[in-house]
Amino acid sequence: MNYHWNWGIFWQISPDASHTYLQTLLLGTFWTLATALAAWCLALFFGSIAGVIRTTPFPWLVRLGNAYVELFRNIPLLVQMFLWYFVLPEIVPEEIGTWLKQLPNASFYTAVVALGFYTSARVAEQVRAGIMSLAQGQRLAALALGLTLPQSYAFVLLPMAYRIILPPLTSEFLNIIKNSAVAITIGLMELTGRARAMQEYSFQVFEAFTAATMIYIVVNIVVTFAMRAFEKRLAVPGFIGAKQQAPAH
Amino acid sequence: MFTNFDFDVIVRSLPFLFYTGMTFTLTLTAFATAGGIVFGTLLALMRLSGTPMLALPAAGYVNLMRSVPLVLMIFWFYFLVPYIGQWLTGAERPILVGPFVSSLVTFTLFEAAYFCEIMRAGIQSIPRGQVSAAQALGMSYALTMGYVVLPQAFRNMLPVLLTQTIILFQDTSLVYVLSISDFLGAASKVAQRDGRLVEMYLFAAVVYFVISFAASHGARVLQRRTAIIR
Repeated sequence: MNYHWNWGIFWQISPDASHTYLQTLLLGTFWTLATALAAWCLALFFGSIAGVIRTTPFPWLVRLGNAYVELFRNIPLLVQMFLWYFVLPEIVPEEIGTWLKQLPNASFYTAVVALGFYTSARVAEQVRAGIMSLAQGQRLAALALGLTLPQSYAFVLLPMAYRIILPPLTSEFLNIIKNSAVAITIGLMELTGRARAMQEYSFQVFEAFTAATMIYIVVNIVVTFAMRAFEKRLAVPGFIGAKQQAPAH
Repeated sequence: MFTNFDFDVIVRSLPFLFYTGMTFTLTLTAFATAGGIVFGTLLALMRLSGTPMLALPAAGYVNLMRSVPLVLMIFWFYFLVPYIGQWLTGAERPILVGPFVSSLVTFTLFEAAYFCEIMRAGIQSIPRGQVSAAQALGMSYALTMGYVVLPQAFRNMLPVLLTQTIILFQDTSLVYVLSISDFLGAASKVAQRDGRLVEMYLFAAVVYFVISFAASHGARVLQRRTAIIR
């Protein structure tokens, strides 16, 4: 292979004249995590609402929730990002459109909104599955005790459902970190974008991508371990995944 | 809102969008699915072989692919495939690889990790007694897998495989980052040439939605029809 390796490249100053290449990659990591976290809050909020209304006894609400999920699941994330970034400012009233276009960090906000809604459809599926996995008696018992429907969701159904669906939510969170790389197409300088820029300026293709890959793996491992500890604390006793009780002798 | 919506630009570019763009997208999806399932099944067999020499590299590969964004992998292989080609053919310098081959290699190798996990779940869903029974009948490992385990694993996992294929179909839009004229790339080129971003991106979204929606509906019907009553 006649490729010229140069691992010292990370300590050289990048074309922005103030950071080394390594620092630009770490800045990219910061933007990746910031995007993923902000989008995750949106996804949890809207996903929970959509998931809950799909389990209510009102057919029109269920249909609305289904339509929401189908809409955001069946359009590629990249196309959704383009719709938010290029199309939305054109079809809203002109003042709002101009304001949107002049927003500083527009690509960051767009990425957060696009990723948030895209992931919310997946979260909605999990929330719905979690609520459906509970025994029907829980809902009936809550209603029989005189709780209103919102109260039975808030105090009985959701607290259990969230604890049950924590493992799949963890993998959705890992997905949102990876999916944030799609925002490179609307100009967000997150980790993949920084690695790509580093490759273009320094021509050290494989060093740049190796570093980015390593950072993604480390983030992945850290999140996985943190969430596993969290899952262990919150696991519902008696369910698969909960710590096994020592058998009585 | 739609007062200056130009439907004509969509009609004018239909041949380019579908003959060039959609053909690329669908061909890539089909080949990458086929390659991904074959390679993914091999990986699953390696992971389940019980031999650390085979299981560990396969597990490492799958975990690596699953922890890295697809966009980064597309870049990786775009630059790596010429060198791999050089190494394979023993050529003097990195060989020239077209956009189709480059993205086909990327998607096959990337999706293989996901197909591996699906096939692994499928193989593990087969009761162990069946393997024992096949061995008791004197069948070799290859015969057991080929005639007893894998056909059932495929059947059980068919809806999931189809769902993964739909995800793959949507993911192929990411070759946009290499400026390839897949369906979205074609739409984007027309959009930028004619300054018709709104029309072209909305149209692309509708097309992707219709295809994915119909396919996932098909997957649900298939799931109902292939479900084995136990």
